[in-house]
Amino acid sequence: MQTNAEAVDTPLDSALSKTKDPQYRMVNRIMCLHNYQPDALIETLHAAQDSFGCITLETMRYISHMLHLPLSRVYAVATFYHYFTLKPPGKHRCVLCMGTACYIAGAESIEKAITEKHHISPGETTSDGEISLLTARCLGSCGLAPAAIFDDKVMGQLTPKNVLKQLQDWRDHVADT
Amino acid sequence: MTDHRLQNSVRQRHSLHPEDIVTLVIDGQQLTADPNDTLLTIAQAHNIHIPTLCFLEGISAYGGCRVCLVEVEGYGKLVPACLTHPAEGIIVRTQSPRVIEYRKKIVELLLSERNHICSVCVTNGHCELQQLASTLGITHIRYPGLFPSLAIDASNTRFIHDPNRCVLCSRCVRVCAEIEGAHTWDIIHRGIKSRVSADLNQPWKEAVTCTGCGKCVQACPTGALSEQGKAVGEMLKKRYTESTT
Ligand code: SF4
Ligand code: SF4
Ligand code: FES
Ligand code: FES
Repeated sequence: MQTNAEAVDTPLDSALSKTKDPQYRMVNRIMCLHNYQPDALIETLHAAQDSFGCITLETMRYISHMLHLPLSRVYAVATFYHYFTLKPPGKHRCVLCMGTACYIAGAESIEKAITEKHHISPGETTSDGEISLLTARCLGSCGLAPAAIFDDKVMGQLTPKNVLKQLQDWRDHVADT
Repeated sequence: MTDHRLQNSVRQRHSLHPEDIVTLVIDGQQLTADPNDTLLTIAQAHNIHIPTLCFLEGISAYGGCRVCLVEVEGYGKLVPACLTHPAEGIIVRTQSPRVIEYRKKIVELLLSERNHICSVCVTNGHCELQQLASTLGITHIRYPGLFPSLAIDASNTRFIHDPNRCVLCSRCVRVCAEIEGAHTWDIIHRGIKSRVSADLNQPWKEAVTCTGCGKCVQACPTGALSEQGKAVGEMLKKRYTESTT
C-alpha cells in the first residue's frame, strides 16, 4: 500500500491541464471517440499504457474523473489485466518463458537465480531502473527451451549463468560503451 | 423471513399471469414460484435453509462464494442458488451428499486462504464464516493454509481493515457502491493476489471517496472490517435482518 505522496490537487484543475496536454493526446482522443462513456475504460487504459509505458496514479485519477468512474474501479481494472503496468518499465526487458517446454527445461531455476541476484520477481524492475523482468507462457520457440526474450532478441538454451551474464552486462552498460 | 418479504411475494403472486408461474420441487416440497425469483429467495420463503456468504439482502447478488450451491436434477454442474432462476418442473436438492461435500470443500478453501485464527479475532462468536464452518461440521481443514501476512490498515480513526480475515465476498464493495454510492472499495489484482482496496490502493484515511458511514463494516461477514477499539469477540455487526446462516 503506498501513501499518497503526490498531493491530491483538485481534480478539476489537473483535469483541465491534461485535456490540453499533448502527452495525453491519445488518451483524450480515445475518451472523446467513446463519448466519455464509462465503458471506454479499458480502451482508455490501453491508450495510457501505450503513451506512457505504464499507468500512473495521476493518470488513473484523470481517467476516473473524465469517465465518471470510481477511483477504486479504475485501479481494480488496471491491476486485473497483466497487460497494464503501474510502474515505469526498465530500460531493458527480459521476458522469461514459463511455458511447458521451458519450464521442464529449467526456467524456474533461471527465475530463481535472477531473483536472488537482482532482487526482482516477475513484473518488477530493478531499483536502478535498468531491467524489467517479465514472464510469458510459451514464446513459440519451444525447440530452444529454455528460452527468453532479451529486449527484442529471442535466445534459447539458456542457463542461469548465461542469463545472469546478459543481465549484468545490461547493468554495467557493456553494450552502450 | 420478514413480513415485508412475505407481503412482497404475495403481492407478486397476485399480479403474475398464470402462465408466468413455474412449479418446482425443492427438497421434496412441491412449490410454485415467480420465475424472476432466485432459487435462494424461493427456498427462504418456504423456510428451506440454504447457507450463503456473499449474498446480502438489499444489494445485488454476486455469486462469488459458491457456498449456496445446490443440485438440480439433469444439470451436470451444481448451480449457485442466489443467482439461479427456476425453470418449469426442475427438481432441486439443497442437502444431497454431493452438495454438502462441495460446500465443505469450499468453506475449507476459504479458510485456508487467509489467517482465520478465530480465538484472536474481533468477531469471534459472531462471524458468519465461523458459523458456516461449524454448521457444516468442519473440524479441520484438508488443505495447507497459505497464511499470508497482510498489512492491517488502522489508519481510519473509527474502523479497521484487516485483510487477513477477508474472504473476498465483495459485500463491502457492493454496499458502498450501491447503497452509500461512494464506491470506495474494489477488488484489485486477480486470483490468489486479489485484495480489497480503497480508492487507488490507499490507506483508508486517505480515501477521499469514503464518507465514513460504516456500512461496509456492518455488511462484512467476517472480522476483516471492524470498529476501532473492539477486543476479541466484541465486534457485533448491526443488521436490519439477522442473517440466517
Ligand atoms: S464507511 Fe461508508 S463510504 Fe466509507 S468505505 Fe465504508 S461504506 Fe464506503
Ligand atoms: S472486507 Fe469483509 S465484506 Fe469486504 S470482501 Fe472482505 S470479507 Fe467481504
Ligand atoms: S514453452 Fe517456452 S517457448 Fe514454448
Ligand atoms: S451466496 Fe450464492 S454464491 Fe455466495
